[in-house]
Amino acid sequence: MAPVKKKTEARVVTKDIGGDKNGGKRTVRVSRLPRYYPTEDRARKLRSRKKPYSQHKKKLRPSLTPGTVCILLAGRHKGKRVVFLKQLTSGMLLVTGPYHLNGCPLRRINQIYVIATKTKLDIGDIKVPERINDAYFKREKLRKPKHTEGEIFDTKKEVYSVSDERKEDQINVDKQVLGVIRKHPERKLLFGYLGAMFSLQNKQYPHLMSF
Amino acid sequence: MVLQEFRFVEIGRVAFIAYGKEKGKLCVIVDVIDQNRALIDGPCTGVAKQQLNFKSLHLTQFKLNIPRSVRTGTLKKQWEKEKLTEKWEQSTWAKKIAQREKRTSMSDFDRFKLMKAKQSRNRLISREVIKLQKQIKKQPPKVKKIRKRVSKK
Repeated sequence: MAPVKKKTEARVVTKDIGGDKNGGKRTVRVSRLPRYYPTEDRARKLRSRKKPYSQHKKKLRPSLTPGTVCILLAGRHKGKRVVFLKQLTSGMLLVTGPYHLNGCPLRRINQIYVIATKTKLDIGDIKVPERINDAYFKREKLRKPKHTEGEIFDTKKEVYSVSDERKEDQINVDKQVLGVIRKHPERKLLFGYLGAMFSLQNKQYPHLMSF
Repeated sequence: MVLQEFRFVEIGRVAFIAYGKEKGKLCVIVDVIDQNRALIDGPCTGVAKQQLNFKSLHLTQFKLNIPRSVRTGTLKKQWEKEKLTEKWEQSTWAKKIAQREKRTSMSDFDRFKLMKAKQSRNRLISREVIKLQKQIKKQPPKVKKIRKRVSKK
């Protein structure tokens, strides 16, 4: 407890005091006591046992295993049947159309916006490039043009364009997935199946159907 | 309808349980307790001997030849002797139930395959229909002349 003692040493200082009837010397605190005390205790943060969201355990529905054909229910590709590749660290699903079949690229989607079907592909051998993680899919900020004098009307907004690495990865993964589909006994139908949109007909109630 | 085709609540009448705990199973009316309830038994379908309301019993066209209040063992013998299970499975009623089950258990891919199969079947049919239509255009079949009746005033 040495450091505590050091602090207590220089608490009080004796000072010479001028004047006749003042005793000559007086002990004075080095740092003055506060003039103001709060009437209420300051609210302290309580300790919590909860973990932040980033450290949550990410669960996956048992019906969703890598290689499951899923139906997307949200986003601009809703209604498409896609192949689930793997779960990312954020808990989201990495899916691909494949892009060649239905135009759905490598994409991540929350599992609540997906219907898992019973159809499964054997994609054990597929290797997804390691750089495909959550940061890979982070939205890039598009810069707005600054107004400079003279060219008020010539300025153009920056438009999103697919980066070369994404194109490369898409081709790479598509090749592998299509290879798996080609090995499937019902490959011809499966090609059509993945290329077709999902829709409900009359008297089809999704909560009563099995997928 | 002939009298034999009528389905009565009687001893030995085979019934389909429409709802309740034993829903979807076949049983035999062993005894009639009162106007609301029957004593039923189904040793070959896993239904224990119990009383059931007539409302939950849907009568089938089958009837076992048994006396009143037979024991479960005797009923089982008679059931197997008359091959009730096979008979039931061949009936349209049972076939429809099986079909319905098959429909509901179809997966999404199965539904897609069915759709494709239907498409190809319809394509064949329409092709044949067009052929026939063309044939008719070339050689219209002779139509018998129908005499018009003169309406009386």
